[in-house]
This record gives sequence, C-alpha cells and structure tokens, in this order.
Amino acid sequence: MGKRSKVIEKDAVVIRFSGDSGDGMQLTGTLFSNTSALFGHDISTFPDYPAEIRAPQGTVGGVSGFQVHIGHKLINTPGDFTDILVAMNPAAIRANSRWLRKGSTIIYDSDNFTEKSIQRAGYKADPFTEDKLDSMNLIAAPITTLVKEALKDMEIDPKTVLRTKNMFALGMVYWLFNSKLKYTEDFIEEKFGKKPLVAEANSKVLRAGYYYGETIEALTPSYRVSPAPIKKGTYRNINGNQATAWGVLAAAEKAGLKLFIGSYPITPATGVLEELAQRKDMGVKSLQAEDEIAGICTSIGASFAGRLAVTSTSGPGLALKSEALNLAVMTELPLVVIDVQRGGPSTGLPTKTEQADLWQALFGRNGESPVPVIAAGTPSDCFRFGFEAAKIAVEHMTPVILLTDSYLANGSEPWKIPSTNDLPPITVPYAVKTDKEFLAYERDPETLARKWAIPGTPGLEHRVGGLEKTIKGSVSYTPENHEYMVKVRDEKVERIVREVPNLKVHGRKSGDLLVIGWGSSYGHITTAVAELQEEGYSVSAAVFNYIRPLPKNTAKVFAGFDKLVVCELNTGQFANYLRMKHQKYTYNQYNKIQGLPFTVKEIKDYCIKLLKGKKNG
Amino acid sequence: MAETNHNHYAAKDFKSDQEVRWCPGCGDHGILASLQKTLAELDIPKEKYVFVSGIGCSSRLPYYMSTYGFHSIHGRAAAIATGIKIANPELMVWEMTGDGDALAIGGNHYIHAIRRNIDIKIILFNNEIYGLTKGQYSPTSKKGLTTKTSPYGTIEEPFKVGELTIGANGRFFARTVDYNLQLSNEVYKEAAKFHGTAVVEVIQNCVIFNDGTHDAFTSKENRDDNTITLRHGEKMIFGKNRDKGIILKDLKLKVVKIGENGITEKDILTHDAHEPNPGIHYRLAGMSLPEYPVALGVIRAINAQTYDAAMIEQHERVQARSKIRTVDELLRSGSTWEVK
Repeated sequence: MGKRSKVIEKDAVVIRFSGDSGDGMQLTGTLFSNTSALFGHDISTFPDYPAEIRAPQGTVGGVSGFQVHIGHKLINTPGDFTDILVAMNPAAIRANSRWLRKGSTIIYDSDNFTEKSIQRAGYKADPFTEDKLDSMNLIAAPITTLVKEALKDMEIDPKTVLRTKNMFALGMVYWLFNSKLKYTEDFIEEKFGKKPLVAEANSKVLRAGYYYGETIEALTPSYRVSPAPIKKGTYRNINGNQATAWGVLAAAEKAGLKLFIGSYPITPATGVLEELAQRKDMGVKSLQAEDEIAGICTSIGASFAGRLAVTSTSGPGLALKSEALNLAVMTELPLVVIDVQRGGPSTGLPTKTEQADLWQALFGRNGESPVPVIAAGTPSDCFRFGFEAAKIAVEHMTPVILLTDSYLANGSEPWKIPSTNDLPPITVPYAVKTDKEFLAYERDPETLARKWAIPGTPGLEHRVGGLEKTIKGSVSYTPENHEYMVKVRDEKVERIVREVPNLKVHGRKSGDLLVIGWGSSYGHITTAVAELQEEGYSVSAAVFNYIRPLPKNTAKVFAGFDKLVVCELNTGQFANYLRMKHQKYTYNQYNKIQGLPFTVKEIKDYCIKLLKGKKNG
Repeated sequence: MAETNHNHYAAKDFKSDQEVRWCPGCGDHGILASLQKTLAELDIPKEKYVFVSGIGCSSRLPYYMSTYGFHSIHGRAAAIATGIKIANPELMVWEMTGDGDALAIGGNHYIHAIRRNIDIKIILFNNEIYGLTKGQYSPTSKKGLTTKTSPYGTIEEPFKVGELTIGANGRFFARTVDYNLQLSNEVYKEAAKFHGTAVVEVIQNCVIFNDGTHDAFTSKENRDDNTITLRHGEKMIFGKNRDKGIILKDLKLKVVKIGENGITEKDILTHDAHEPNPGIHYRLAGMSLPEYPVALGVIRAINAQTYDAAMIEQHERVQARSKIRTVDELLRSGSTWEVK
C-alpha cells in the first residue's frame, strides 16, 4: 500500500464514530477498538447512544456515538476531546462539535449533507461555518455514492448496499492509522458466514474505504500511535457488564457453588443477564423473571436452596427490589445485587451514566437495613468487584450491592487475563449437623455471620422469614430481642471492614488537595491528578471502591491534606455520606449531573481554582 | 415415587414446636392437619420438603411444619418457590398462599409460575377476605360484599381461582374444602404426585371476618346437593340421593335429574381430568351456584414438561456442545492476544 506523505506521531488519539442510531456506529467503534488493542495500544471506549432503538433519522436526538481513546501511553479515560470525528450526517456534527479539539479531522459523508438533512439537524445552511469548524481538517467523502459504485456489480438489494456505509468509513479510518484489516475481515466472515454475498459486500466496501483514503492521501496527514508499554501476558477486551458477570462466576467456582441469576431486562444492566444466560455450559441457571421483584425473589429462593445467587438491575429496578432486598437482610442469606446505575430519577436517562443511586443503595429501604455497598472503578475492575461482592455475601451471609454504571457497563478496555489461581479463597459457612439442636441464627463469634443450612440436609430443618426472629429462628416480638437483632445485623456488616483493603492514595500522602471520588470516576480523577502533579501542583487522589463499610484508614488519609474535594456524578451523595461518617473534615464538592462522565479538563480546572493556582512550595 | 413409605412418618412428625396461633375454629387448622397427614403418607424424606409462603393468615403455615420453611413477603411466595425449585429440583416445594397474597399483590408471580409449569404445589386458601389485616375485601370477594374498605359493597367482579389458573395454562387444578380432611388428603396426594405446577384451591372459612361465606355449598345441609366431587373416569353424578348429573348441551354444561325427561346414567358426562383441551375443565372449574354445584376434587391434571426439567435438559444439551467448563477456559475463550 502506498507511501505516506505526512505521518504524525502521537502519544494518544481520540476517535469518535457518530451517525444515526441505525448506522452501525457501535459496531464500527468496537471493531476499530479491537483492532487497536490487538496492535498493542492501550484503549478506553465510551459508547454513547440514545434510548430509542431507531430515533427519527437525521435528528440530533437520534445520534449514536462510539468514542475510543487509543494510546502509546496508558489510557484511563475515553478522552475529553475528539481528534478524529467520523460523521455520517449533519446531526452527528451538531451533537459533537463542542467536543472537538482544535485542528481535529472530520471525515463526513458529504452525500448526506443535503439541504434537508442540514436543516433537520438544526442548521441553516452550512454546519461547518455555523459551528466555526472551518479551520478543522475537513474530509468530505461521498460515502453513499462510493459504496453504491463499489457494489454496483453485485446482486444485492439497495438496503444492504447502504448498510455497508459504516465499513467504508471504518476503512478510511484504518487508512489514517495504517491499521491492518485482518481482524475486521475475520469478523465480517464470521458474522455473515451464512450470507456470503453480504460478507463479500462488507469486505469489499471496507477495502474501498481504505483505498479511498490512500487516493485522497495528499489531502490529509495520517497518524502513527506506537504500541503502549503494557505488561506481558494474554489480553482480551472486556466491557463492564461482561466483567461483572464473569467476576461472580469466578466467585461461584472458587466457593464451589453453582450460580443462579434471576433478573429482568433493563438498560444498561441487561448485558449481565445476557452474559450469564449463555453460561449453561458452566451450570449457571438463569431465569428471565416476570418482573424485577421476581428477579430478586427467585434469587433469594435459590440462595436459600444453596446456590450463589445474583440479580442484576438498574436504578428503577433496584427501587422495585428494595422490599425483597430487606427480606435477604432479615433472613441473612447471601445475595449479590448488581445495580448498573443510569441517569434518574424515574425512567430518567436510560442510556446515560450517573452515580446517583448511592443513597438508594445505602438507605433506600424500610427499617434498619444494613447492606454492604461496593463500587467498581473501571470496566475490567468489574471482574474483581463482582468477585468481591460474592465473596463478602457468602462469607458474611448478607446481601451485597455492587454499584457499576452505564459508563462502566458499556465501556471496554484491554484486560490482562488473570488466572483464577490468583484469586483469594472463599469459605462457605455451611451448617453441619451435630448432636446439638440447630439454631438458625446462631452466629460466628468473629464475623457474626449465621450458618447456611441447605434444604435437603437431614437434621437441619429450620424456618426463616421476614418477621423478627430469635436466635433459634422463632418469631419474636420481644422488645429487647428486636433491639439486639437490629444491632447485631448492623455490627455484622460493620465487621466486614476487617477485610476491606486500605484506601490507596495516588500521589503523596500529604499535600494541598486530595481529590476524592468513588467508583467509575476513577479514570478521570486519577488522570486529572496525574497531570496536575506533572504540572507542579500538590494534589493527590483517592478513589473509593468500598462504600459501606468505608476503609479503616479513611480518616488518616483525609488528615494529610489541607483541602478535600469530592467529585461525583450526582449532587453530592458521597460527600454527604462522608460528612456523616467523618464529620471533622470540610468537603468541597465538584458535581456533574449531565448523564455524561467527567472530563479530565473540568476536574483539573476545578482543582486549580480551589488551589487558587498555587503550585508546590 | 414409590407407593411404599420407607420413612414411617406419622403426621405428628411434621409438627413443629411452634404454638399454632390461628383463631379457634379457623379453617386453617384443618388444612394444616390434612397436609401433615399427607406428608406422612408420601415416600419422601422430610428434609426434601420446603414450605414457602407469602403474607397473610395462610402464610403462617410454614412455621407450624417441622420441615424447611420460608415465610417470605407479601405476594412473592411463587417467585421464591420458583427459585428454590430451580436451584435444587430434588426438593419438593409447597407454596402456602391466600386469595389476597396470590391473586392481588402476587398475581403476576402466580400466573407466571403456572405458565412456566414449574414443579411446585400451590395450596391457595380462599376465604374471600383479608383476615390478617382484619377484614377488607379480596379479589375473590363476592360482588357487593360489605367490608371495612367497601362499606357500601364492592363494585368489583371477583376472580374465580379455577378459571384464572386454567386461563394461565394451568395443568393441574383441584378444589377441596378445609374441613373435608379425607378429600383434602386425597387431593394433596394427587398434587404431590403431579409433575408441574399443581394448584389446589381450598375453600376456607374465616370465622372472624367472613364467617359462612361458603355456607351455600359447604354447610351440612347444603353440601351434598350443592357440590360435586369429580374423580377421573367417574360419572359426574351428585346430590343427596345421587340422582343429579351433569351433561353437555349446546356447548354448555347442564344439570339434569337422572330418570327425568328420559335421562339415564349413560347420558351423564364422565370426568376426564387428563383431557388436554382446557374447555371442559374451565367450565367445570367455573361452575357456581345457583345454576350449578361447585366442583370439588381434581378437575384438571395434564402432564407436560416441567420448567425445571426443561432447564436441566437444556443444560445437558449445551454442555454436550460447548468446551467451556471452567472460568479460566471462559476468560481465554474468544478473541485474545499476547503482549510479549
């Protein structure tokens, strides 16, 4: 393939594929990401799509985007601003123009920039002038025409022809990065194996796009991003929902338990159920329940009967599950509740990300209802915390809420595949028949967990239920017993702190400012803080994964800094929780409630403002 | 299940040490007694039984059984029972529920358990009232019933348990009366032996809040003429003098007198509980006074694959095909690459 006139060496590049929700942008982005990861780039992805499956064509509301950040350096976020935008229509320009870096390249399907579609996107005449994008590197490609031309000799229907447009755009981007087409061609062959004509058309168009890039070479520079310095090992791409599912599966195997999942489809959590539904080969029993309540109730039943039980949902579903979640609190049965958060309240922003279910997870139930809450920080981290949630649930005989969110669930990154040998053991507190009478609520003196007596075991017959019980499992309304049981359930959850790892500080242990976050803000916060440190600011970061209980060293970490700021995608739920748990500190807040993750830049700007621009010394 | 009883249980072996707290004279006492008798007569080890319930008077029953038990939350017993049965199909799962628990707050779980044909036994205590909350109307209360929440009478049409169950594609439906220990025992045993969701509606009397609501067909003077006990393969004959029967005429059931208008015993319908077409069972289950007697006994019992068995079969099929058995194999499946 031809020589290149101008190659720009880059440490990292952000590419965004954007078009109508039927344009196949999610697939295009995924294929590009996987190709980059295979080449050895570190990557982070961010799919951003509307709730409507096919929103009105050509409107800004219907724009579906997939952003990927590839780098020669280590990448922790999908990137604030785009270097290369692929826009299949004017609406894609409209939706993304504010996120373009100066000097970006915009590849667009000029066939789709008709007067009508320009107006449909809300422009008067020329999108590029109106959004002041004239100085960008604009590459107009008549993709629709070129695709029709490329496939004119093939006997396929016009609809299929137009569906290959995304492959043309992808081919052009591959040319820009001098990428290999093999991964994508293999994918096409596998996906359309039964329709050889469609497979051929897609491959043909992919190559046509690549060659078109070559032909117009003079117009544009291409990029080179060298492989990242990644640890040796076997890697795969993984998204948050898949990692969560595999994490609980790994825990089941480690504990010698079979897995059960009872769930109801809900965006953006459905991927967890879908993933586990596939795993019948590993003995996973999955049930798509009639509603959210049945999802958790079948799981509670399965847990009573001796399976590791999981239910996955998002915020509205967690609300429906809360009564049953309390039944698991009361009956002290292990249960993993996965809440893949999305924008709320109510139906809210189903496909957008938010961290606003924290209070619901901590406090959203009747009565005194202690439930451990943990949160994953990155897509691949979901594996570790899926495992951890199950380990805590089983060893402490309690339901556990694992918080992830839309950003983690759909985002993906390369993941060094761990060996299950390296995962910690899980000890199941089975009840064993002895000469003494079995007492259902007798507790381990250390953990305060009761024993798990599995139906089918002779001699351990017992009754559990939502009514307050005595140690024996009999119903009791005795005032003192109720107070004792409330306190002991709480103490049981608090004692989990003994196994919670210390909070990690990114940077020095003391300084002017500590940037605090939890869960999925990990990448943006640590990247922002690393850049601030490089620029000479006295800033460190601490991102929590364990929310209830908080790590033992929390106060000690906070004490090392003059100022604290809590960054989160809600109005300040974690900040207020910290105010309750560690009252002597003053917490600044940086909040965003736009259905979007933070940008590194906005965190940095806020920190610099807090520091009044003061650098070290 | 074998007919012999290797375990030599007596009914008292299923009594727990908890004091039974239902009101004196409550129909629930009879239901508990006949269930304990039934279990003693089945050839199943005690540890295999799980009694699950929701909320309501009926739902206290698991506390009085010395088996594994789960007293859950309002309406959710069917979902909990489903989870238990899927998790361990070797267990025999009984759900104790009431007309409010199963058909109002738990209506969704009830129809879906039946639709799936999960192998659980649902004993639905129907007293047409909310007892535990002290007397409000239920989804089975007769239209016009005056209660604390319907001081001027209800304006709602009630569900008939049998119609709803068969409408949800129920494969097993039976009806008995709380005080009729012999029929109850017979019906519970049939339910236990059935593979699939077995619903037994127990006509139950709440002595406090709806006393006598079923008297029109359960009182001593009415029961012979106003009920018909159906048994598979037997003629649909009833009445104090065994002189009344049921025939099918113009696609409708009709009560006739044997010996009148030329009707002989030969004209009377023979009960076929195993007929897959639900039409006749639906009509039999829906019979009510004054036109018809109320049907008791096993009205419908159709064999079909159970959900739990289908799941096991599917697992075996997938396992024969897939090479993935361990998490390490799973993590390394699909697209991976080496970084050297």
